[in-house]
Amino acid sequence: MSNLILNRRKLLIGSAALGSSLALTGCDQFDFLGQRGNPVRQALEQANVLTYRAQRALIGDQVLAREYAASEIRQGMKPNGSTEPSTPEYMFLKAQNFAPYKLTIKGMVEREVSFSLDELRNMPARSQITRHDCVEGWSCIAKWTGTALGPVLDMAGVKPEARYCVYHCFDNIQKTLSGDVFYYESSDLVDAYHPQTILSYGLNDQVLPVSNGAPVRLRIERALGYKQPKYLHTIELVDDLTPFGRGRGGYWPDNGYDWYGGI
Amino acid sequence: MSQADELSTKRGPLVYRQSIFTRVTHWVWAVCLFFLLLSGLQIFNAHPSLYIGQQSGFEFDNAVLEIGAVNTPEGPRGRTTVFGQSFDTTGVLGMSGTAEAPQYVGFPGAVTIPSFRDLATGRVVHFFFGWVLVAALFVWFLASFINGHLRRDIVPKGSDISGLPKDAMDHARLKLHHGRRYSPLQKLSYFAVFFVLFPLIVLTGLTMSPGMDAAWPWLLDLFGGRQTARTIHFGVMVLLVLFFVVHIIMVLLAGPLNELRSMITGWYRTSPGTPTEAGDKP
Repeated sequence: MSNLILNRRKLLIGSAALGSSLALTGCDQFDFLGQRGNPVRQALEQANVLTYRAQRALIGDQVLAREYAASEIRQGMKPNGSTEPSTPEYMFLKAQNFAPYKLTIKGMVEREVSFSLDELRNMPARSQITRHDCVEGWSCIAKWTGTALGPVLDMAGVKPEARYCVYHCFDNIQKTLSGDVFYYESSDLVDAYHPQTILSYGLNDQVLPVSNGAPVRLRIERALGYKQPKYLHTIELVDDLTPFGRGRGGYWPDNGYDWYGGI
Repeated sequence: MSQADELSTKRGPLVYRQSIFTRVTHWVWAVCLFFLLLSGLQIFNAHPSLYIGQQSGFEFDNAVLEIGAVNTPEGPRGRTTVFGQSFDTTGVLGMSGTAEAPQYVGFPGAVTIPSFRDLATGRVVHFFFGWVLVAALFVWFLASFINGHLRRDIVPKGSDISGLPKDAMDHARLKLHHGRRYSPLQKLSYFAVFFVLFPLIVLTGLTMSPGMDAAWPWLLDLFGGRQTARTIHFGVMVLLVLFFVVHIIMVLLAGPLNELRSMITGWYRTSPGTPTEAGDKP
């Protein structure tokens, strides 16, 4: 019996100790990890490099993301991020129903080329019903129609020294005192040449709407939503991502998100 | 003779109970789970709803958990909806902080890393410690398979199943026996953690990766879709937190110094009457 009482006392003391230690976590000791240049954070970020290398080693370059049945399209594609770019250039194009639109391939290519929306629509088309995974955690299934990026890049002739595609977009996602910040993203050539990587101009059997990235949105189906740049106007082949934005390869990577975006 | 005198005069032998692999990986996991929990709640707060299926229902309803804030005649309140049942969770979930500066977040900043809304940093922390947790699991499984810890102490035998009712009664009466080996309940708990909860939380985590879904599409079929996997990931987190709470209570009840010593030095003081074997210390 004394044993039981002793243990009940221990239990009470223990519970109190546990409660106070839980309350102690309610502090901000780890807020320094939010500082983008902090050396501890930079060390932790190396895990993202490991994830990128591990997934590239594990996943065949041609392996497809799952495609779903038409019955899985149960709702419209949820718009997110920029939904209505407000630059004069984009507003002009939109008013002209994107007739003057050109997609330009430049940088480390044999010849700089541009394609109108009609020219893109006349190229071999691919439709895929895929799941869009937002970095926030939600998913939405939709049907995307477009032309594969790989053959378009081949028309420009990618030089052997090129390592990345940089995707430049019309949308001024952030307005600062020193001017607009435009959305951009980038990928390696594995993602660029993946069979499901398409320049999409159609969504759920309709013309791609402005809220989802009209006239052209790139789909990189094995990556998160922020790797699917909307309002795309130029693709630049480069061997170095540091000259763009804050040098981390994309608008969201510049803001602390991982560049690869496959997890 | 009082029980205290009896304990001081008659003690069981000091046995070498935990190998270096078990001890090191134990503390690595302790650190990992702390950071994974707090960064995971940060990530959850970016979209504090859970669903069943492949996708998230925005134009249909497949949500099983929703945390948010709602406007009421008395002002904004935190509201949590679980399986269609709504609860007012003001102060904890959906709405927290002070009356002057309320925070409209899923889980309060007190239990997230960082304490403010920062999904990018939550992901950096979560994936780093995810890798460390998996590496430690790999080391522990390999070492425990080779040194016999798995077979001896973790995988329950027939005698552990038949001894379960008595062991459960002893635990309920707080009669804790300090044996050379784990009791049936201990074995079953650790077996569940290592063979059910840890594999589940790692695999459901991987199912949320669009890259991994391409590599291993069976993950989507195994868990019934990416959003179901996210829900299971959250549920296993809750079970691991429960395990942690019970684990700490049991350590405190069983004698925290002896238990801590065994997880630091490997040596464990057994109950009186435990037979001495070669290699024991008095």
